[in-house]
Amino acid sequence: MKRILNLKINGTACEDAVADNMLLIDYLRDQKGLTGTKQGCDGGECGACTVLVDGKPRLACVTLAHDCAGTEIETIEGQQRNGRLSALQRAFHENLGTQCGFCTPGMIIAAEALLRRNPDPDDDAIKRALGGNLCRCTGYIKIIRSVRAAAAMMARDAA
Amino acid sequence: MNAPGAKAAPKTARRHAAGQPTPLLDGVEKVTGKAVYTADMNAADALVGRILRSPVSHGRILRIDTAAAEALPGVVAIVTGADCDKTYGVIPIAMNEFPMARDRLRYRGEPVAAVAAVDADTAARALELIELEIEKLPAVHTARDARRPDAPQLHDNKPGNIEREVHHEFGDVSAGFQAASLVREASFHCAEVNHAQMEPHAALAEYDAERDRLTLHSVTQVPFYVHLTLARCLDMDTSRIRVVKPFVGGGFGARTETLNFEIIAALLARKARGKVMMRLSREESIITHRGRPATDIDLKIGLDDAGRITAVECSVTQAGGAYAGYGLVTILYAGALLHGIYDIGAVRYDGWRVYTNTPPCGAMRGHGTVDVRHAFECLLDRMAREMGLDPFELRQRNLLQAPTRTLNELMVNSYGLGECLGRVKKASGWDARKGKLPPGRGLGLACSHYVSGAAKPVHWTGEPHAVVSMKLDFDGAVTVLTGASDIGQGSTTIVALAAAEVLNIDLSRIRVVTNDSVITPKDNGSYSSRVTFMVGNAAIQAAEELKRKLLSAAAEKLDASLEDIEPGEYFHVRGARQSALPFREVALAALAREGTITVKGSFTCPPEAQGGKHRGGAVGSTMGFSYAAQVVEVSVDADTGQINVEKVWAALDCGYAINPLAVEGQIEGSVWMGMGQALSEETRYQDGLPAHAGLLDYKVPTMVESPDIEVHIVESIDPLGPFGAKEAGEGALSGFPPALVNAVQDATGVDMDVLPLSPDRVLDALRKARRRPARKEAS
Ligand code: FES
Ligand code: FES
Repeated sequence: MKRILNLKINGTACEDAVADNMLLIDYLRDQKGLTGTKQGCDGGECGACTVLVDGKPRLACVTLAHDCAGTEIETIEGQQRNGRLSALQRAFHENLGTQCGFCTPGMIIAAEALLRRNPDPDDDAIKRALGGNLCRCTGYIKIIRSVRAAAAMMARDAA
Repeated sequence: MNAPGAKAAPKTARRHAAGQPTPLLDGVEKVTGKAVYTADMNAADALVGRILRSPVSHGRILRIDTAAAEALPGVVAIVTGADCDKTYGVIPIAMNEFPMARDRLRYRGEPVAAVAAVDADTAARALELIELEIEKLPAVHTARDARRPDAPQLHDNKPGNIEREVHHEFGDVSAGFQAASLVREASFHCAEVNHAQMEPHAALAEYDAERDRLTLHSVTQVPFYVHLTLARCLDMDTSRIRVVKPFVGGGFGARTETLNFEIIAALLARKARGKVMMRLSREESIITHRGRPATDIDLKIGLDDAGRITAVECSVTQAGGAYAGYGLVTILYAGALLHGIYDIGAVRYDGWRVYTNTPPCGAMRGHGTVDVRHAFECLLDRMAREMGLDPFELRQRNLLQAPTRTLNELMVNSYGLGECLGRVKKASGWDARKGKLPPGRGLGLACSHYVSGAAKPVHWTGEPHAVVSMKLDFDGAVTVLTGASDIGQGSTTIVALAAAEVLNIDLSRIRVVTNDSVITPKDNGSYSSRVTFMVGNAAIQAAEELKRKLLSAAAEKLDASLEDIEPGEYFHVRGARQSALPFREVALAALAREGTITVKGSFTCPPEAQGGKHRGGAVGSTMGFSYAAQVVEVSVDADTGQINVEKVWAALDCGYAINPLAVEGQIEGSVWMGMGQALSEETRYQDGLPAHAGLLDYKVPTMVESPDIEVHIVESIDPLGPFGAKEAGEGALSGFPPALVNAVQDATGVDMDVLPLSPDRVLDALRKARRRPARKEAS
């Protein structure tokens, strides 16, 4: 059965008829065309689908769209400001924190949640926060470096 | 983290583009979510494709009845084995697979039928309604079972389930062992592993019934092979087919051959006379497999008094799965790449590629060499210990001298292994720390190498091995057209850097268009680390050609001779910058002569690079080998069997780093992938049922257990490589597992013979060693 779902996605209010059993990832990708959020597994195993729900990282592949009624969702498509890359996006790009790019949206969103909570994380804090996000390309070295570079960039901009 | 001055080798020339650490040209798309992968393509008007798979490991199809499924409202097309009687397979002489099984089923999960329906629910219900009657046959799931005399035979033309047997001998092996003062043998087993690329498989097929044309978008590394296979299996003229590779989320070899779902999606689209989106689940992606086979290795090495390798005898058995795929190449690689890394007196190799009732194996990063290199470097280390030689010293005594040709006729023109050894020895503090670490902690070393592209492609057409086109028009932008498949390794950026370097222009003036068969030239694909070497050289040649045209136009305008003009963003006569012409002005002058300019460059591996004349001699042949040495430091928890990798120091000779940032990324990624195979990755089958077909069960290392990898780039400047470059993405992988095993030995005194070193295996080995402590010295 379909019901009306009201929520905000990347700052824009949405009102859609959505099936009761629709997963957030399918709603975002198939209904809203926001395909930046990726599906890498059959449920809860890879972190590729990480989005922010009211600022908290959530796996969109194991979250019902209707459970997000009234919330504010942030996806990779909403990270740029005035068409420019966010600190994390820039750091991932410049430091090769992305190779094939498939894990990247989930990584950046999970890292965004971390940096909002802890603007100066050490390697252990990064590993804990991103431990559920798998990457098959990078060996994680340059991902960790990218997160640290973004933190430094943000500290510089704030100063 | 990288060592300060990681890139210390002297350059032959000052360069403005090549050699600069460069973020990927398509990185912005990736970090913004704008990169469109196959599964992201607009499927609003597409049918949903789903595959029905074999429930048994081995059986005969008695009946398939699709009537009830066809009658279900919303079902548009159903295909079965009856819809395609053409075999396919990546090796032209070994095509023995049907897109969907006809008559025989040979592994659990093999496609049997497929449905295109209006939505996923309908497609799923339709699959349930297909009636399948099967006669179960006895099955074999391991090489040992498959080789028993009473084993059921998988393929009628392959008695004993042997797909390919290889027997090669180079040099006088028995004389070599006679000359040896120490001869040792050991047996190793390496579990089957899977690529587990993060992007699940997907294909979007669209059939234009009005014009009988087919377009396929797919996750492939080899769009050209997919194109040929579609033409064959759908019996269509190649000119009616278009294959496009969008962004691809990793491959590592999983996609270096046409895969069944790509053909099935196309068959469905044609039958439905429309568009079909086929998105495979993670489980299905893993079942599609093509990974590294479970491998048994018996190895014997002889060393003389001086520690020089006098002879090697190696036999290898690979459990290849149910169909041929790359099988014969894999089993040939395993033997061929015993050569090319050390100076060895004589080598005997016996290989058996065996059919089993499991998903077909294929090419995986480090194709064919990883498990054999593992055995070799482990046994070499044990012998060093026995001789009282430092592991570095033993390897140093067996280095090659480039240029040379190996016993099996492989060409070695550049060889930086000695420098790699020196770099990681120093960086890891080996001399000061080896043997002095606390109990439970250890250091291990291993070396490895890999080809920079197969010098003879698997699909031999006689054409150049790589072609790149370049286009210049009124806008003054240089557009590079290439069929090279960027799957995250950064080939698009390499091609652009090569063009920017030759033309001496800004990278931002260059755009690269890739992988659309109606636009870009054919490329064999991204496998065997061929792209940088071959496509890089082709790009240089194309850019040289374009440069000639621009220089000639500039010469006329500047009234100077061609040789005196410096090209670039501003063309000027050397030493006379004041009268410089902007690039676009020169471009327009060149265009005034002949209109839009399209040039091309190509590259062909010369015959002397293509290996020996013996049967299978082309496999292993290459323009140049990358070389790597790595030191791994571990701690081993004797109570839990848990191994923690503390740090890795890895040095790789990539000839020349055209993009040092990407080279580092490739070394880190390949070392880390070797770590996964060494520590935790392993497929498991229960009665042929994949029990590992998810990312929890198939244990890819997470960020938490991943160590720091310190990368050192060594540049031996290959005489034939583009700017001296060789491959960088595979060579370091196969060194990790043996370096780890050698480190675990150093930490615990125990030699491990089976990969992966899962905690249960480590505990087991530690317990056994405690029970009979003195045995090893006595033997
Ligand atoms: S797609 Fe959600 S965790 Fe893998
Ligand atoms: S960049 Fe490919 S999976 Fe992370």
